[in-house]
Amino acid sequence: MNTLPYFVLIPLAGAFLVVFLNVLTRNKVRVISEILANVITLALFIMTIFMFNKSGMYVIGKWVPPLGINLVLDGLSGLMLSIVNLIAFTATLFSINYMRRYTANNYYYALFLLMLAGMNGVLLSGDFFNLFVFIEIASIASYALVGFGTEADELEASFKYMVMGGIASTFILLAIALLYSQFGVLNMAYISEAIANSEFNILLKFTLFLFIAAFSVKAAIIPFHAWLPDAHPAAPAPISAMLSGVVIKTLGLYAMIRVMYNIFGFNGGNMLAYMGLISIMVGGLLALGQMDMKRLLAYSSISQIGYIILGIGLGTKLGILAALFHLVNHSVFKSLLFMNSGSVYHRLGTRNLDEMGGLNKVMPITGGTSLIASLSISGMPPFNGFFSKLLIIIACIQSGHTIFAFWAIAGSIFTLAYYMKMQRYAFFGSLKESYKSIKESPFFMSVSMIILAILCLATSFLLIPQLRDAVLTPAVEVILNADTYKALVIK
Amino acid sequence: MIYILCLILFFIGLYGIFCKKNLIKIVLGFIIMENAVNLFLILLGYKNNGIAPIMTKSMRLDEFLASSVDPLPQALVLTSIVIGLAVTALMVAVAIRIYERFGTFDITEIKRLKG
Repeated sequence: MNTLPYFVLIPLAGAFLVVFLNVLTRNKVRVISEILANVITLALFIMTIFMFNKSGMYVIGKWVPPLGINLVLDGLSGLMLSIVNLIAFTATLFSINYMRRYTANNYYYALFLLMLAGMNGVLLSGDFFNLFVFIEIASIASYALVGFGTEADELEASFKYMVMGGIASTFILLAIALLYSQFGVLNMAYISEAIANSEFNILLKFTLFLFIAAFSVKAAIIPFHAWLPDAHPAAPAPISAMLSGVVIKTLGLYAMIRVMYNIFGFNGGNMLAYMGLISIMVGGLLALGQMDMKRLLAYSSISQIGYIILGIGLGTKLGILAALFHLVNHSVFKSLLFMNSGSVYHRLGTRNLDEMGGLNKVMPITGGTSLIASLSISGMPPFNGFFSKLLIIIACIQSGHTIFAFWAIAGSIFTLAYYMKMQRYAFFGSLKESYKSIKESPFFMSVSMIILAILCLATSFLLIPQLRDAVLTPAVEVILNADTYKALVIK
Repeated sequence: MIYILCLILFFIGLYGIFCKKNLIKIVLGFIIMENAVNLFLILLGYKNNGIAPIMTKSMRLDEFLASSVDPLPQALVLTSIVIGLAVTALMVAVAIRIYERFGTFDITEIKRLKG
């Protein structure tokens, strides 16, 4: 378990190194920051593969818990860690060509690596205060990245995101202070032990409420979603892919699941499932009316997060398995779709669906990969989205909520409708005369899109029993059984 | 009693964020809210007539534990003040850039994004 701190240390050191090297070379050599960022993200992804299916704890500075700081790796964080670093690698690969349009590339890569360090820290952190600190590192980096273009739209979106995210962070800090006032420790496993042994009084309920509200803002669950449709389209495309693909899941969903299921041992009845259903329907309906490609994708994120919440809220083994499977799948295809929109924007300079049309003829790779992603997200076999949505619907019926299943199917039809709309407007139909000379997206952008498109198919195989037991089941065990997490820390 | 004052301060900040129309006032509301939480944290470790949590050779352990203030919240508050500073600096920087683009701090006039 000695490698655990490096998941935070390497990107953190990389962030400062990128800026430092650029100062040394007087900003002349752009390639340095690009190569450094790509090497770091690739190395982290390879490290996650070696860490797969392991669990354990690392104690920083030999201060044993509950006194010191500890990092914990278990099934759930291992799964999230590999997804986060995979998407981060494809996003940096995509950035090589895409970020040429912006100046100050070194700051972009520095912020990107800071965001990655924050997310890895959130996934590994074993005590509440470090959870808060890492959430803040990731959030502050993402606020800055959303406003990276410094145009009017970007700044407005960034400010909105900052205010809502800031309120959520303050709520988290307040909740942590309340927990500390009651138990006098900050270590998650020890607090979990203490909560299990104490009465669930009004103060604890209020604390839990603060946590759920704050993490719902970070995960953009309706009615806390107002920042997402502005912030995600405004960011540069690879950042949109990161934000929609992994940031809302790490800072929002992962933290919420950890706190609710593992720390408080509270499954919320059907509350999460209802929140999920509302998100599915409202997000889907709002996405239907959008003519801005990235805005459509952003609303679609809200809707798909609803599916994950619905599956987790059911609380059954199959429901949670399906939800985690959908989480993995959604990271893959939503990142791919945002990269497609970025590739279109790179060549056409517009995100308006009205101005596109027939792009399949000139951009076959972008068109083909986006078709694969659209089919996956709307649940067409044999792509991954079909299996995860099917499992969520089966889990709904199995737990006796036929109405939930009905709404989930209706939401799925909406998903199909707005993705067909996007395909129809952007990639099929007749090509405009002025776009005849458009070329395919540059090499690295195409490579990262192709990698993700292959993964859209490959993640379907996660359902094969052997792979499922290796990848998804350990994470489900962690959520369902809080003692597995406690046993890792309390010896 | 003092905790209630903390809560009032927190809600003043929340009021500033939600009800004020000027960007700078929103930032100020945010700072007030953050400081309310910091104050609450520091109060958790407070003791009447407490001593600084530094143990000297002449003290006995139980005496020290009974009279010293809790040092952990102080460490937490220091960290959270630094984080708050970063967020505030970023907010003010973005607010200044917004003023350059829109020529106003009024959020009712800054609404290009909707739908």
